[in-house]
Amino acid sequence: MKKPALERPVLLDVQDITRLYGPGKGCEEIDFRLHAGEVLGIVGESGSGKSTLLRVLSGLEAPDAGRVIYRRLSNEPEAARQVNEPEAARQVNEPEAARQVNEPEAARSGQHVVDDDEATSDFDLDLYAIGEARRRALLRLEWGLVHQNPRDGLRMGVSAGANIGERLMAQGQRHYGRLRETGQEWMRQVELDPGRIDDAPRTFSGGMQQRLQIARTLVTRPRLVFMDEPTGGLDVSVQARLLDMLRTLVRQLGLSVVLVTHDLAVARLLAHRLLVMRRGRVVETGLTDQILDDPQHAYTQLLVSSVLTP
Amino acid sequence: MNGYNFAYLDEQTKRMIRRALLKAVAIPGYQVPFGGREMPMPYGWGTGGVQVTASILGADDILKVIDQGADDTTNAVSIRHFFQRVAGVETTTSTATADVIQTRHRIPETPLRNGQILVFQVPIPEPLRFIEPSEQETRMMHALEEYGVMHVKLYEDIARYGHIATTYAYPVKVDGRYVMDPSPIPKFDNPKLDGNPALMLFGAGREKRLYAIPPYTRVESLDFEDHPFEVQTWEHTCALCGSDHSYLDEVITDDKGGRMFVCSDTDYCQTRRGEVA
Repeated sequence: MKKPALERPVLLDVQDITRLYGPGKGCEEIDFRLHAGEVLGIVGESGSGKSTLLRVLSGLEAPDAGRVIYRRLSNEPEAARQVNEPEAARQVNEPEAARQVNEPEAARSGQHVVDDDEATSDFDLDLYAIGEARRRALLRLEWGLVHQNPRDGLRMGVSAGANIGERLMAQGQRHYGRLRETGQEWMRQVELDPGRIDDAPRTFSGGMQQRLQIARTLVTRPRLVFMDEPTGGLDVSVQARLLDMLRTLVRQLGLSVVLVTHDLAVARLLAHRLLVMRRGRVVETGLTDQILDDPQHAYTQLLVSSVLTP
Repeated sequence: MNGYNFAYLDEQTKRMIRRALLKAVAIPGYQVPFGGREMPMPYGWGTGGVQVTASILGADDILKVIDQGADDTTNAVSIRHFFQRVAGVETTTSTATADVIQTRHRIPETPLRNGQILVFQVPIPEPLRFIEPSEQETRMMHALEEYGVMHVKLYEDIARYGHIATTYAYPVKVDGRYVMDPSPIPKFDNPKLDGNPALMLFGAGREKRLYAIPPYTRVESLDFEDHPFEVQTWEHTCALCGSDHSYLDEVITDDKGGRMFVCSDTDYCQTRRGEVA
């Protein structure tokens, strides 16, 4: 079987991450690489350390040991994205233009491939060695985090439009009309009624809140998005439509995603590659179909066989 | 002064507050924590402002106290009496002759001059508080200049009311760096903060924070490119002095809908009437 193009540049290099709250609580010795344009699923039961790992990866919690290296493409200076943002954000509804800029193919053309063995180039950022200011800027500008509960990711006190616009305003956009236009574009993108741009998030249903959170995160066109159970707590039909939308957006924007889920169906739909975790350790890793159709580790076999098929 | 130290506070406390004030002046707009003392008045009545005034008052200074622009309202009268008793300083209602002016919610209409000190009473010193309840987080946001959320509030205003509906405590950026709450002064007074020759000190007693705008400092009010900052305007002129350029209060005169608009700055209004008469 031909493996997907792993020669794509490495985006996130996770080296031997350990974060333990107590013996067996947390995650231990996690080691993997995320390539540009890839969707990596992390599956496992509750308490297996998935969310801890995600918190460490997304810069929210420093690991006890190990490093998280983020590699930005060599032709992409750190500040450029911030400067160009207003224009880029307006192109959202022009998939053609967006694809040219962001499609993984562009990254695969070879010229930006960073030598994997060289971990100390200028474009490598050790997430916990850079200062807090840069780390937060990175989270705000180039990364995104989608929480399981939209209430954690949204500002419930302000309107949908303000929620979507917040990251743009943080980048320095100061034009109300354009912010609003972008807000409406994004509401269309995530299949929300743009007419409800001034409504408070609490008047939205759970699925709609989750869409809003996704729009709010993607509006700055991050390169790397972390998602923690994005479809948790939603009913099946709403889940299906949200997944469909997520898949489209990931493709259109060429996002790299780290997706934490306990739902193997979600993982199969979205993830290219899977990491199976148990008791804080990775027990199996491989292509999604490979793992789900032919699980090797006893725990993975148990996990796969415990899925109910209607 | 019967048993009280000059200006009520003991010398060590004044020293501590002066040190905090020096730091505040050195970093315009930055909130300096200080060890706030219990004052013989409830929080919310100007305990922060009173401690600042007590620390900077000299025996020869002339003090003016205003509340919503007026010299004769309860808060102004009681604080003025307080300092007459515990410091024995001369007081005045004239903006021009005062050395120290303690104010609640207004900046006097008469332009201030260099050498004067304006002391503001501040209820909530943290402009980011409405959106971020954690003090640790807001301090981090100030340190890293993460001020995007300030515009979220203004955005929300426009989305809801069609214009920026924040009319008082309108956030400003001081010297291109710190976003600051100018205390609940009407946004009408915001332009007076910019490049003002007087030293402006802000004291929050309950929150135990001091901050300052040194003389001639650049102070910008936050806004959007397509919704620029604007101050209130009135169709009326002051019913007493005829002023068409001062901040007006609406006063209900009877229960049949009768009303009049008068200057909120009583000293300014009286001075103008004296000149006209």
